[in-house]
Amino acid sequence: LEFILTTRQEQVKLLDRFSTSNKSLTGTLYLTATHLLFIDSSQRETWILHHHIAAVEKLPLTTSGCPLVIQCKNFRIVHFVVPRERDCHDIYNSLLQLSRTAKYEELYAFSYNPKQNESEQVKGWQLIDLAEEYKRMGVPNSNWQLSDANRDYKICETYPKELYVPRTASKPIIVGSSKFRSKGRFPVLSYYHKNKEAAICRCSQPLSGFSARCLEDEHMLQAISKANPSNRYMYVMDTRPKLNAMANRAAGKGYENEDNYSNIRFQFVGIENIHVMRSSLQKLLEVSGTKGLSVNDFLSGLENSGWLRHIKAVLDAAVFLVKAIAVESASVLVHCSDGWDRTSQVCSLGALLLDSYYRTIRGFMTFLISNLNWFQSVHGIFFRCCQLDGDPKEISPVFTQFLESVWNLTEQFPQAFEYNEAFLLQIHEHVHSCQFGNFLGNCQKEREELKLKEKTYSLWPFLLDEQKRYQNPLYNPDFSPELTLLEPNTVSFNFKFWRNMYHQFDRSMHPRQSVFNLIMNMSEQNKQLEQDIRELEAKIKQRNGQSDAFPVKEHQQPAHPAPLALKTPPCFKKEQPLIPVNDAVRTIEGSNAADNRYSEFVAEFSKAEPAVVSLEYGVARMTC
Amino acid sequence: MLAVPGIDLLFSSVPQSAEFRLVPVWLLTLANSSGTITLRCKDLKVLQLEIPGMEECLNIASSIEALSSVDSVMMMYPFFYRPQSLKLEEGWHLFPLQQYFQQIASQVSLEGRDPAMLRSSQPLTGPNRKRCREDEMLLGTVLEEGERGFIIDTRSAQAAKQARMTGGGTEPKSSYPQWRRLHRGRPLQESFIKLVDACNDTAINMDRWLNRLESCRWLSHVKAALSTACLAAQCMDREEANVLVHGAEGTDTTLLVTALAQGLLEREWIKAGHPFHLRCARSAYSHARLKQEAPLFLLFLDCVWQLSRQFPFSLEFGERLLLTLFDDAYASAYGTFLCNNEKERCLCKVKENTHSLWAWLNQPGERKKYLNPLYLPNALVIWPSVEPQSIQLWQGLFFRWIRSSQYLDEAWAEIQRLVEGNEPPVKDSAGNRLSQSLSDPTAQPENGR
Repeated sequence: LEFILTTRQEQVKLLDRFSTSNKSLTGTLYLTATHLLFIDSSQRETWILHHHIAAVEKLPLTTSGCPLVIQCKNFRIVHFVVPRERDCHDIYNSLLQLSRTAKYEELYAFSYNPKQNESEQVKGWQLIDLAEEYKRMGVPNSNWQLSDANRDYKICETYPKELYVPRTASKPIIVGSSKFRSKGRFPVLSYYHKNKEAAICRCSQPLSGFSARCLEDEHMLQAISKANPSNRYMYVMDTRPKLNAMANRAAGKGYENEDNYSNIRFQFVGIENIHVMRSSLQKLLEVSGTKGLSVNDFLSGLENSGWLRHIKAVLDAAVFLVKAIAVESASVLVHCSDGWDRTSQVCSLGALLLDSYYRTIRGFMTFLISNLNWFQSVHGIFFRCCQLDGDPKEISPVFTQFLESVWNLTEQFPQAFEYNEAFLLQIHEHVHSCQFGNFLGNCQKEREELKLKEKTYSLWPFLLDEQKRYQNPLYNPDFSPELTLLEPNTVSFNFKFWRNMYHQFDRSMHPRQSVFNLIMNMSEQNKQLEQDIRELEAKIKQRNGQSDAFPVKEHQQPAHPAPLALKTPPCFKKEQPLIPVNDAVRTIEGSNAADNRYSEFVAEFSKAEPAVVSLEYGVARMTC
Repeated sequence: MLAVPGIDLLFSSVPQSAEFRLVPVWLLTLANSSGTITLRCKDLKVLQLEIPGMEECLNIASSIEALSSVDSVMMMYPFFYRPQSLKLEEGWHLFPLQQYFQQIASQVSLEGRDPAMLRSSQPLTGPNRKRCREDEMLLGTVLEEGERGFIIDTRSAQAAKQARMTGGGTEPKSSYPQWRRLHRGRPLQESFIKLVDACNDTAINMDRWLNRLESCRWLSHVKAALSTACLAAQCMDREEANVLVHGAEGTDTTLLVTALAQGLLEREWIKAGHPFHLRCARSAYSHARLKQEAPLFLLFLDCVWQLSRQFPFSLEFGERLLLTLFDDAYASAYGTFLCNNEKERCLCKVKENTHSLWAWLNQPGERKKYLNPLYLPNALVIWPSVEPQSIQLWQGLFFRWIRSSQYLDEAWAEIQRLVEGNEPPVKDSAGNRLSQSLSDPTAQPENGR
C-alpha cells in the first residue's frame, strides 16, 4: 500500500485501442491494493489486477494530456490519457511498484480471501486426488511401480516425491541415470496407456557431450523398453531442432547416441526454444495491435511472427508421439533441454489426444496438475509466467501455446471436449493472476515450503461451482470412447489466429451472437423443465400412494399439474440477451472465479451502432 | 465403369451395385499421361480417373472436352433438364419486379425522407470532361436543398482516372456539388485462382501457406467488399444520405455492394444484369484466363458467409444455400443463372424452356435443408466487424473437397437437433420465409439496410 501515490484520479480518458479517430471514454481512475479500476461516465467498470500487468509505459505528452499504456498478461491493452503529467507520473510509478512483486508473500493469493472456511479450503485442495488418477491410468502394475527414491528431493529437486518408474529400475540405476541427465531429471512415467501397455516417459537431455556414456542411463531406457510387453523397441523424441541439440554437445550435454542404447529409435521434432517463442508472440501482438490494419499486413505479420508455425510444430510432435503409442504400441521417452517446456507441451498434448478423460472438465483439471504435466511442479511454469520480479529471459508463452493447441483441437473436434473456450481462457487468466495457490511455485518442494495448501485457496472448486459456464453444449461423451485416439489433421490451413485469446477484451471484434450461449441456455432450461417434470411426477406418485392408503376416490383427479407443465413451451426466448445464468452481481474482475468476463463480450446482441462515423479512409469503422 | 452421357459424367466403381457418383461435366483441363484423366470441376473438385488403354483414354478425354465446352446457351443442360416434381414456369414469377418497385414507391411516398440507394454505371465524362445537364438534374432531384449524398465508385481512384481516357470517368465535384465521391475496387479472378491453388496444396508449410493466402489477396477483397457495403449502409443509416453506387458498367462490383448492403439477392444480381454467363464461365481452374471472368458472385457469397459467422442468428439461410448458389451459378440444371441479362434471357426463352432454381429450392423438402435453425427475425441493421482478425477464410467452400468436414458437420447436425428439439412445433411459417428472403424483395432485409 505504501506504493500508492495516488488513489483516485478524475477526468482520465480511456482511449479505444483500435479507433482511428481517437474515440475515448472519460471517467475516474482508482488504485487499490490489488487492482486498478476505471469507471467511465456511464458507470461501466474496468478492473485490472496488478499481477496481470506486464508492462506500463508513459508516452510523450500530447495536447490532451499524458498517455499511459498498460499491457496485461492476458493480452488486454488499455490506453489512458491523464490530464496532468505529474499525476500521470505518480500513477505510473505506483503501478510500476504494484505490478512488480519481489517476494512470494506479496502475491495476491496470500491475501485473497474468498470467504471459505477452513474445511472448505482443505476440501478444495483435496478435490483432485493424484493417487486416484494414477490408479485410473492403470499404475502401479506388474511393470511399473511407485518409487520413493526422490522422497527427500535428494535425487532431483525439481521432481515431485511420487514418481513412477519401471519395476526393473533399481535405485542405483535411478541415481546413476539422474547423474547423467541435466538437472538430475531422469526418465519417469508421465502417462500410461493401459490398453497398449505403452508409456509416455519424460526426462531432460543426457550429459553425453561428444562421446560420454552412462551404463545406468542405458539400463534405465532398457527398463522402460522392457516394461512394455507388446513392443521391444521404444522411441526417444528430442523435441529440439537438431541444430540446437548438436550445439548442446559442445557444452557437455546433447542427445542419445543410438549405438549406445539398444532398441531405441531416435527422432528430432524441431520445436524452437523459449526465447524464439517469446519473440514470436511479441511480434504477433505487435501486428494484431496495429490500428487500421489491412488484411495483407495482418497475414504477412502472422507469417513473420512464426506463431502458427510453432503451434503446428507442437501439435505435429504430439501427433507423432500418439501414433507411436496407438499404432505401434511403442513406449516413448520425450525430452528437450531441461525437460520443462517443450517436453511438457508434447507429453501433455499426447495424453490429451490419447485419453478422452482429459477432455472432460474434471479430467482437464486433473491433467494439468498430474502426469508431471504442468502444475505438478515439474514445469517451472512460475518463471515462465513471471509472477515474481525475475529474469525477463525466463518468461515464455509455453503454457499459452499449450492452451492454443488445445483450442485448435476443440475447433477441429467440436463434440470431443466437455469444456469450451471460456474454460481455457479462464485458466489462462488465473495462471497469471496469482490469485489461487494452484499455479504458484516451480516445483513440489517449493510449493511445500510455501505452505500453499494452508495459506492459499485452490481454483478448482470455484471452476466446478460454475461448471455450466465452461461446458461445451455440443459435447458428446460417446464421440470417442475411452482411450480412443483423437487424430487431428495438422495441415497448415487448419490453424487459425485465436482471436478470442489475443483480442479477448476488444469486444468490437467478436461475433455479436453466440451459438454456444444460445444452446447452453436452451439445454439449461430443458434440464430445469425435466427436473420440474420429475418433481411433479414424484408428487403425483406420492399423491397416488396416499390415495391408495386412503381410498378417497374424488381426490385423484384434481391435482394433475404434470400434463400442464409438459405442454407449456419452454419459456426460452431468443430475444433475451444471451448472458449466462447468474451474472447479476458484478464483483471485482478476476477477484473470484465466479466473475467470468467471457460473458461480457460474447453475450450481446447487436444493438450496437457505430457511435462515430469516420470516413477519412473510406472505410467505415464499426465500433460498438 | 464410366459412362459419358450428354450432360453428366457417371462413374460407377462397382458396376453391379447402383452406386453412381455424379460428376459434373463442367470440367476444364485434361492432363492425360499414361491413361490418367484429371478432371478439375468448376465446384473446385479435382478427380483423377485412370483409364486402361491409351486410345479409350483419348476418346473419353475428347468427348469430355467437347461436352464441357458447349458454346450455345440453348444447348445447355437447363434446356433439357426436366425433373418430375417441378412444372416449367414455376418459380419464375415469384418476384415480379414491377410489384417491387410499386411497393418501394409507396414506401418512399409514405415515409418521405427515407434515404434511397441508387445504382448506375459510370458517367461518360471522357478526357474532355463532358457534362450532361440531364444527368446532373437527375441526381439533383434525388437530393433536397442542403442535403448531402455519397457517390461510391467501386473502382480505385486510379482505375477511374484511366477510364476517363476511354470516354468514361467520374462525376466532377463542380458539376455535382451535393455529392461526395468515394473510391473502392480491385481485380479479382486472379485472386480466386491463386487462392484455390494454395488451398489444393495440402503439403504446404505454415509460412508458405500464410504467404500465399496473403499474396492471393482474396481476404482483402472480402474485407474491402464488406467495408464498402458497410459504408454504404452507414451513409444511409447514420447520415440519412442518399447513396449512388457505380462501377465501370454498373454490373459487377456495383452489384456486389448494393446487394450486400441490402441483402437482396435475386433482385440485385439477376434482374440488374450481372453477366453470369461471362463471369462464371470457367471457375478457378481456367487456363484460358478469360478476360470477362470474375468471381464477383462468389465474393458476394463469401461476404454473406462472413456475416453469417458474425451474426449466426440473423440470416435465415445456412451455409448450404450459399454453397448451392455457388455451384449453380457456375453450372446448373436450372435456368436461373443462364445468360448475361434480361434481354438475352428473353431471346433464349429461358423462362419458357428451363426450370427455375428457386422453384426447386422452394419445395418443402428442399427448403428445410437450407434454413438456418437459429434464425431469429431481426429488423436491426447488423454491423459486422471488418477487422482482419475477424475475417476468416471460408473453409466450407475452399476446402470442401480437400479435407473431411465430418466432425464439423456432425456438430452442426447436433446444433440443429438441439434447436429444433426446443422449438415449439408451431413454427411452420419459418419454412415459408426462406423463399421470401430470397425472392420477395419487400421482405425486411436482414443485413445492411
